[in-house]
Amino acid sequence: MATQVTTMARPVIPQATTGVFLPAFTLWLREVVRFYRQTTRVVGVLASPLVFWLVIGSGFGTSFRSGGGPGQQHYLDYFYPGALIMIVLFTSIFTMMSVIEDRKEGFLLSVLVAPVPRSAIVLGKVLGGTTLSALQGMIFLIFAPFAGVHLDPVRVLLVALVVFLISFALTALGFAIAWPMDSSQAFHGIVNLFLIPLWLLSGALFPLSGASGWIRAIMYVNPLTYGVEALRALLYPGAETSFPLSSAMATLVLFSLVMFALAFLMANRRTQSSPR
Amino acid sequence: MVTRVAALADRGSETERASAPNISVHNLVHRYESRTALNGVSFEVRPAELFGLLGPNGSGKTTLFRILSTLMIPTSGKALVMGFDAAQDSASVRREIGVVFQAQSIDPKLTAYENLWHQGHLYGLRGALLKRRVGEILARVGLADRAKERVETFSGGMQRRIELAKGLLHRPGVLLLDEPTTGLDPGARRDLWQYLQILRDEEHVSVLVTTHLMEEAERCDRLAIMSEGNLVALGTPAELKSEIGGDVILLDAARDAGLLADRIRARFHVETTVLGNQVRIEQEGGHRFVPDVVEAFPGEIQAISVSKPALEDVFIHRTGHKFWSEGGEENSVAN
Repeated sequence: MATQVTTMARPVIPQATTGVFLPAFTLWLREVVRFYRQTTRVVGVLASPLVFWLVIGSGFGTSFRSGGGPGQQHYLDYFYPGALIMIVLFTSIFTMMSVIEDRKEGFLLSVLVAPVPRSAIVLGKVLGGTTLSALQGMIFLIFAPFAGVHLDPVRVLLVALVVFLISFALTALGFAIAWPMDSSQAFHGIVNLFLIPLWLLSGALFPLSGASGWIRAIMYVNPLTYGVEALRALLYPGAETSFPLSSAMATLVLFSLVMFALAFLMANRRTQSSPR
Repeated sequence: MVTRVAALADRGSETERASAPNISVHNLVHRYESRTALNGVSFEVRPAELFGLLGPNGSGKTTLFRILSTLMIPTSGKALVMGFDAAQDSASVRREIGVVFQAQSIDPKLTAYENLWHQGHLYGLRGALLKRRVGEILARVGLADRAKERVETFSGGMQRRIELAKGLLHRPGVLLLDEPTTGLDPGARRDLWQYLQILRDEEHVSVLVTTHLMEEAERCDRLAIMSEGNLVALGTPAELKSEIGGDVILLDAARDAGLLADRIRARFHVETTVLGNQVRIEQEGGHRFVPDVVEAFPGEIQAISVSKPALEDVFIHRTGHKFWSEGGEENSVAN
């Protein structure tokens, strides 16, 4: 019996792997279960968005009474989409620190020696992180009425889609950054160097229209700008935006695909030597 | 899926499996940029055999382990697991191996059952079949009653047993373990080795285990001893020890050990090895030799001991140096 199975399996290499979806599902579920078993993480996820928005929004609101760009909006209202993006950014990126943890412990090794395609590993981990950060983003929507936002069900769904796309893209980016790293300090360094400026220049704090020269150019190529724009268009239908919703959404889809491809490429690099 | 179920139901008759080795390594070479970690190693592991890979750190056993577990590709040579080439056909090899790494791979936030359930999914097991198999393997490692508890509440020894269960869940033909008793107290160590023997007998799996501990190596069916990338000895522990002629005599030299060794060799016509300030002699009837040598060189010998050969003596016999180098820098490099 055993020999029969082995001779059958020999010529067909792709069938020797488990397939993508079952392992991806199980890695996704593990990520989510791990999260809600750590109470402090759950509390952090629920409380931090509110604190951030209130503190930064209120502080800026009284400092810059009229920013010019935000028009008639109160700054707390203007800042609301940016705060949402910030929450999603941080959760997405930092959930992927688990890649480094998994590597330090033996878990990642045990997945690497299982007959699982690399794409399943990437998909499972990235969807796990996406779920957590999208969930956190959506929880923040509970405060929307206090930011002068009144949503109908269709717009809630569209917001959910935008939040999902941004979460997915940023989690995939986090995965790609974390995969080759062996220390979480290095990971923090990269985050501080690139990702915080990315958020600052996304229209979250000040509008695209008011920015000057080169700052404006950076904002145009910054994919997060399109996330902020899409959210602003959905949350405040009357507000001034620089792009139509459809093109912002298309950019986000493209951003997600490119980031996932990047994560996939990183995970498929064959590590030749390093006995880690 | 159908073939998978069939494979799980029955792994074939004893005679079929006994005919071919489960692992065979042919002239395996691995070079890192500047260092040769494996220098042409060959051996075979038979079905349902507990095979030990003994060597000090840096001897190449971890590199060999990584090649067999498909994490690294050898520079040259072949490593076959259940007939599949680890470098060419890693996907098939991965189906056939269970791997227990030195680092912990179980998730402490999950229960024992959940850890194994996730592991099963990675191998394409699911549903009732998976559930039954998890129950079975937990019973095998003596943890059926703790299935619903989180692994973080377990002792080190119990966590290692969950690692074993994880490695064996998909009924591999080969179980690879990298220094599995690291960090365990002596009692838990003994326990783990008992479980390895049970698994070999009852799951009919070939077990390849790396170790740097002599007392663990003693418990293997067969043993490969490695030193500096070479396989220096291969056989059962008893065979290996029997190749040493008689007893092992160790002399602590009062002054120059090299000089003393030369004089002993000239006087008694025996083979001598110098290890630091000690002279080592392999001699039948060691107790009769002791008074002769002490009388012949008064004041030259500080201490003398006679012992039956142990595995460490096999290592010294084959390599001409001690198992643990005196400097110790070498030891900290690998792993």
